[in-house]
Amino acid sequence: MREDPLRVHGLVGRRQFLRAGMTGLLVISLPRWAVARPSLDEAIRTFTGGADVLDGRVRLDLPPLVENGNAVGITVAAESPMTADDHVRRIAVFNEKNPEANVAVFRLGPRSGRATVSTRIRLATSQVVVAVAEMSDGSFWSSRASAIVTLAACIEDLS
Amino acid sequence: MRALWGLVGIIAAVVCSMAIAAGIEGSAKRSGFDFMTPETQALQADDMSNPGMLWVLQGEQLWQQSEGRADVACAGCHGDASQTMRGVATRYPAFDEATGRPIDLAGRINSCRGERQQAEPLTPESDALLALTAYVTHQSRGMPITPAIDARLAPFRDNGRRLFQSRIGQLDLSCASCHDDNWGKRLGGSVMPQAHPTGYPLYRLEWQTVGSLQRRLRNCMIGVRAEPFAFGAPELVDLELHLMERARGLRVETPAVRP
Amino acid sequence: MARALVNVPKAARQGEVVEIRAMIAHPMETGYRVGPNGINIPRDIIRRFACTYNGEEVFSADLFPAVSANPFIAFTLVATTSGTIDFTWTDDAGKTQTASAEITVG
Repeated sequence: MREDPLRVHGLVGRRQFLRAGMTGLLVISLPRWAVARPSLDEAIRTFTGGADVLDGRVRLDLPPLVENGNAVGITVAAESPMTADDHVRRIAVFNEKNPEANVAVFRLGPRSGRATVSTRIRLATSQVVVAVAEMSDGSFWSSRASAIVTLAACIEDLS
Repeated sequence: MRALWGLVGIIAAVVCSMAIAAGIEGSAKRSGFDFMTPETQALQADDMSNPGMLWVLQGEQLWQQSEGRADVACAGCHGDASQTMRGVATRYPAFDEATGRPIDLAGRINSCRGERQQAEPLTPESDALLALTAYVTHQSRGMPITPAIDARLAPFRDNGRRLFQSRIGQLDLSCASCHDDNWGKRLGGSVMPQAHPTGYPLYRLEWQTVGSLQRRLRNCMIGVRAEPFAFGAPELVDLELHLMERARGLRVETPAVRP
Repeated sequence: MARALVNVPKAARQGEVVEIRAMIAHPMETGYRVGPNGINIPRDIIRRFACTYNGEEVFSADLFPAVSANPFIAFTLVATTSGTIDFTWTDDAGKTQTASAEITVG
């Protein structure tokens, strides 16, 4: 992923070495999760097993402006008759910039009646959230929304 | 019913504003609820989504539970809290004969534990103490704050007002600098509320849990880079006395939700 | 003691889609926070939530640290027969907490 500054050392010019060194410093100064987490798309691919994800049939409600990222109410609703032959099997929610890409995976079925779930999630910063629904025919549908998370001015000193 | 309480609140507020100038006058008084986003308001308004109700539920269970060497429950003396505790929180802090000082509701719960139940006191900010305090205060939800008229409390309330107006910390700010003089304006991304203690103990999204008014006051002191008073310090109870007088007429919301 | 609030309608018509809400007291400690002593606070979350209707699982969820403290989940079920709806929350250590509610279907 990143060039290894130690390996680059003997092989390249000074400028490139400096650049690599700076990258190395940046990498070690970031928290471990900042370099370790999969991207949003990678996380979705893991969920779908690489299948195509189509736009539509899913609605993700996320408030555009969030007062506190510790509890953001979301609702995901997928269009489906929810019968034995044609229903939503799973609904997954992913985020772009938290330490981990996964938020939750819900398992539904014909006994759900409707493919609607609500929960409250954490958003570490302003970012994109994606909901993906897996249908009983094996197709995947998704919707994305973004939220701006404002930071409180007066916070308690737990850090 | 709601209109009736509103009327009672207005009358109380008018009486109060005639008695003492306590910061923000009658019709301008606003609960912190009014300064929140519709999403956070909805979180508080529905008991099935308000996470503070988890503490109220725990408090209800603890109320029935026998404790201490006396092996007696709160309910053993006080019976049905929905009857006996209704309105109690609107009058607190109250004067405590034993110590000759005002005592807040959490302090009263702990003194009851010691004297009646012969049990160890609950630690400040423990779930059990917050739960019992939230449960008792919840019995007054919707009722206007009506501090007791008790001359013995006056000097402590005056001290509370003095503390509220005193500049402290490296930022050299008083409570009044923000909450009397600049409420409604923004500090960073947040709107500064009027700082009325209408919903404590309350669920704070920042804390991700329920906390007491004392935790919030200490939070503010840390915010202005001052040394906060310790939990249970008499100064914090004096401040609460002033805040409750200042909030007279506003309705109890416990358990409130705040960002 | 389990501190959970579950909301199930007491009565429903057969075939009616009813809304279920469940909330439990839990810190959902992410494992990414640092305590006042400078040491990471270990992860402690509810990992799985499941709902059974007369013993049959009808809804479940895998939760990650991005789910808020005191997790709240709302979903729907088709009211089929009178009976018990059970809720189970399982944490990282495998410890479970439960709640249940009765529904009368007419």
